[in-house]
Amino acid sequence: MTLSEFLASVEQLAADAPAQIAATATLDEWTAVRTALVGRQAGRITDLMTGLAALPKEAKREAGQRVNAVKATIEAALDARQAALEAAAQGASTPLDRSMPGRAHWRGAVHPVSQVIDEVVEIFRELGFTIALGPEAEGAWYNFGALNFPADHPAMDMHDTLYLGADQVLRTHTSPVQVRTLQQYPPPVRILAPGNVYRRDFFDPSHAPMFAQVEGLVVDEGVTFADLKATLSHFARRFFGAETTTRFRPSFFPFTEPSAEMDVRCGVCRGAGCGVCKQSGWIEILGAGMVHPAVLEAAGLDSETYTGWAFGMGPARTALSRHGIPDIRILYDSDVRVLDQFVS
Amino acid sequence: MNVSHAWLARFVPHGRSPEAIRDLLTAHVATVEGLESLRPDLVPFVVGQVIASEKIPETKLSYNSVDDGSGTLLEVVCGAPNVTVGAKYPFARTGTTMPGGLVIEKRKIRGFTSNGMLCSARELGLGEDHDGILTLETSAAPGTPFLEVFPTGDVRIVVDVLPNRPDLLSHRGVAREVAALTGVALQMPEELAALPALTAAVVRGGQEGTAGGITVRIADRADCPQYAAAVIEGMAVGPSPAWLRAAVEAVGGRSINNLVDATNYLLHGFGQPVHAFDAARLGGATLEVRRARAGETLVTLDGASRTLAPNMLVIADGSAPTALAGVMGGQGSEVTESTTRVVLEVAEFAPALVRTTRRAVGLSTDASYRFERGIDGGALEEMLKIGAALLAQVGGGKVTGLVHLGEAPSARPVVTVRPARVAAVLGDAVPAAEIAALLTSVGCAVAASGANGALAVTPPSWRHDIHREVDGIEEVARLRGFERLPDALQGARPGTVPDHPLWVAYRRLRDALVAEGAHEVRPLPFVRGEDASHVRVRNPLAEDEPHLRRSLLESLARRAEYNLTRMQGDVRLFEVGAVFRPSSAALPHEEHRVAALVMGSRRPVHFSEPQPPAYDAWDAKALGERMAAVAHPGAVVTLRAAGEATGALWEIVADDQVVGEIRQLALDAPVWARPAFGIELMLGAMPSAPVAPPQSHAHGTATSQERRAPVRFRTLPTTPAAEFDLALLVPDAVEAAAVEAVLREAGGALLERCVLFDEFRGTGVAEGFRSLAWRLTFRHPERTLKEKEIEGRRQQLLSAVETRLDVRPRVA
Repeated sequence: MTLSEFLASVEQLAADAPAQIAATATLDEWTAVRTALVGRQAGRITDLMTGLAALPKEAKREAGQRVNAVKATIEAALDARQAALEAAAQGASTPLDRSMPGRAHWRGAVHPVSQVIDEVVEIFRELGFTIALGPEAEGAWYNFGALNFPADHPAMDMHDTLYLGADQVLRTHTSPVQVRTLQQYPPPVRILAPGNVYRRDFFDPSHAPMFAQVEGLVVDEGVTFADLKATLSHFARRFFGAETTTRFRPSFFPFTEPSAEMDVRCGVCRGAGCGVCKQSGWIEILGAGMVHPAVLEAAGLDSETYTGWAFGMGPARTALSRHGIPDIRILYDSDVRVLDQFVS
Repeated sequence: MNVSHAWLARFVPHGRSPEAIRDLLTAHVATVEGLESLRPDLVPFVVGQVIASEKIPETKLSYNSVDDGSGTLLEVVCGAPNVTVGAKYPFARTGTTMPGGLVIEKRKIRGFTSNGMLCSARELGLGEDHDGILTLETSAAPGTPFLEVFPTGDVRIVVDVLPNRPDLLSHRGVAREVAALTGVALQMPEELAALPALTAAVVRGGQEGTAGGITVRIADRADCPQYAAAVIEGMAVGPSPAWLRAAVEAVGGRSINNLVDATNYLLHGFGQPVHAFDAARLGGATLEVRRARAGETLVTLDGASRTLAPNMLVIADGSAPTALAGVMGGQGSEVTESTTRVVLEVAEFAPALVRTTRRAVGLSTDASYRFERGIDGGALEEMLKIGAALLAQVGGGKVTGLVHLGEAPSARPVVTVRPARVAAVLGDAVPAAEIAALLTSVGCAVAASGANGALAVTPPSWRHDIHREVDGIEEVARLRGFERLPDALQGARPGTVPDHPLWVAYRRLRDALVAEGAHEVRPLPFVRGEDASHVRVRNPLAEDEPHLRRSLLESLARRAEYNLTRMQGDVRLFEVGAVFRPSSAALPHEEHRVAALVMGSRRPVHFSEPQPPAYDAWDAKALGERMAAVAHPGAVVTLRAAGEATGALWEIVADDQVVGEIRQLALDAPVWARPAFGIELMLGAMPSAPVAPPQSHAHGTATSQERRAPVRFRTLPTTPAAEFDLALLVPDAVEAAAVEAVLREAGGALLERCVLFDEFRGTGVAEGFRSLAWRLTFRHPERTLKEKEIEGRRQQLLSAVETRLDVRPRVA
């Protein structure tokens, strides 16, 4: 056999083999074809390998390389076909309709108010705040006295209080945690205090007798109103979006001085005035102020050495507006069809 | 506080629009909640221009072509003599409601169609001028709103005055702020400039004085630091002059008569509540400020008969109480249309006592609101004189006596304001001169005091809120403007406060329970409860739920029932929250817990499982174990069968402490509802004892944060395991856990796993027995176990359970 005759048979095999392999419909057929092509006894490749020996010495190298290349191609094609046939054989018993639904588990959900608290906490965590908590059944001194509320003063009318006893209240705000924390830990203090607070407000679409608040407190040397403005504006931009504009206006809380309310530009009308912002162009977000020296003193701190700022916000209002919930009572009903809308 | 824009301008001619005043007050003083036009009826009127005009023969009417900016000229019939081509007039389109109530419609007059109306001043309620239609001198285009070219009618500025600033509860008070912020000088309103001069001298006294035939007396100066009165004779009660009526109505009041309106003018104009008595209806010629006596009664102006008590302050005439001091007058001495002789009371009552009185009678008035917060005691005599003269003028009477008991308060204590401290609080180095100027602008007397530019500041008599340096700093901050203060974000030292362990537990549990498919809830903690076992709210919102819950499952059960009534049977709820129980300590015992409730299908419906099984006790047990492991990391958690008396299925034990329980819940449920299971677990007490006594701290006593022991890595095995099953016939009296304990003990160190995988009762298993099957996995760390060794183990285990528990293998 000459080299050219030999090579012609190799090319013939290279041309035939793919179709033969592709034509197999079962694993049995595949096995037969495999034997015919690369079988050790009578496979065509095996024959060719044997035939190599008869070629002239100088032709062996070229012919050998070509046979090996064809052999590799055929073996790869055989492997691929085997895999396909095996997969088909499995599928054949239960045809798979891949449009059918997967097997789901129940999905749980975090309460929408908690989701807002989480976001607030996350932003302040980046700024080094930790989480402090305090009791909901609180002493009058922590709830009012230590926070510089004058006894029996109209300022108390801002907090319609649920009493458990003469000097026991359900806390009307999370601010008592300020005093408890300052008594327990030395400055620097940078805390958030989320929690439930109570007012003697009957349920209506925008009032509830118990609701969540998030308190923030910073006390250290050299803390100023500039820190308050900068930190809370930063928070507003992180929370509402980078283009958020804030404004601070004078307010009154017995436990801060100066006191401020922070508003953000109404995102609905962009300041033009609309129903959401009651035509003012601004949405009230939180109350804040420099910690009143009397509060620092109530916690045994030197009010000349230390300054601080604090804020408080109500996450429920944000939850209502961001989700378009028309009535605050929906947040308390715990209807599973509502809660299921807030799966994360 | 309702502020009239026009009235304000009479105190301080600021020349600014209502919007500008709103922005100024909101930025520097107090938030303006809204602006209310006092002529909203004029909003629909527009500027109309007459383009052509023709007389209608044999009438006074003209037929005009009017441009109202709509793009179409309108034919309008007009009866006014002064219609001029090219001139502009107020125009009412069809559909407009006139101030008088008439609705303008398209109609035919003498065969001519009229599409609207050109209006006179009188028709717009702008005066009595009816000589013709109102000519507008304006360059504004036709169609422009009338109010824009003819600003008409006052605007009410609604200011949210907070409790620290009672000085803002009057026009003069707000005007002081506007004056300070704009530099425009404060002045007396022109209506007060022409008041008649008073000829009667002011009789002064301590606790008693007589003037104009009336004797006034203060029983206790602590209750009433100052009491002044004017006697005015020859009064004629009648309608108020227009300016007075307008002022009263501008702040939202109703004009009653000249006398009552004048007293309201003093209240809203100057923040001084005053009261007019009809002298003829007083029982005797004396007025005494004293405590009420037990059993006394008084019919107040609102017609209610009120029983008085000694904690209330009254004004009594010769015989009986005739007014509730600082709250409301009495009907008996009320001025009427026939009143001619008036005693005008101008007083300062103790704020706390007015508060007590008004709370005791449940009556808050404009007067009590101001007295409670504090009036300007330094202005009392000024108010007496203005009040007396004003009443005399509007009522045509003569002031015959003035008396003033007590004295104006002495100057307020000096507050030192240090510029360095201003900078330390505000983060802004405000120059001393500017600080002085700002404080002076709001009425403080400012003098230099000592070194470093420190200022001695004496607040004015009307400011009750400047006691300390920081109060002065607040004045500087707001007058300068919060917006002008810097806001540099700076680095901060890390805080010393560790995350509260209950918060950490909450977040871990929440993640775990959400992953289990449960919904977090935040319900109210109020329950029916019982006084003996529950903490009671003294003034509950609802009498049927006056107590605080002792258990979270109580709340979850009610929420599940709420869902069941709405046909929702697949309920998985959880809460992390507080429960309360009575305590002998100063405050109730408060504890944070986690609870979960599961009922209904264990999984959503899938085509492979059309009816998923419902949650059962074993689901609840596993969920309880999972929750306990998360809530008490590192603790050894076991679940024990709960005692009969508890009604629970299991109690959850962590490190030998019972920390929770698992129970099937008895709900008020419809027949179709599946069983509900609840798990409740204690997380920890929330300490409520004082951290330290007032004015002190307990630094250095805080314990460090709990650290969890890290998990130790175990090398993975390299040798093969051997596995076999044991099916045992276990009497009902023997617990599976006891059998498993024996298996584990007998299995020794090579027993890697021991899993109960089957329970069977029935054919081949005797009554009173069940077949329980365990799968056991053995492995030697260094070599393959031999067949013989494994068989040996099996025999060992069987003999152990037989000798220890008398349990034998099930023979197939």
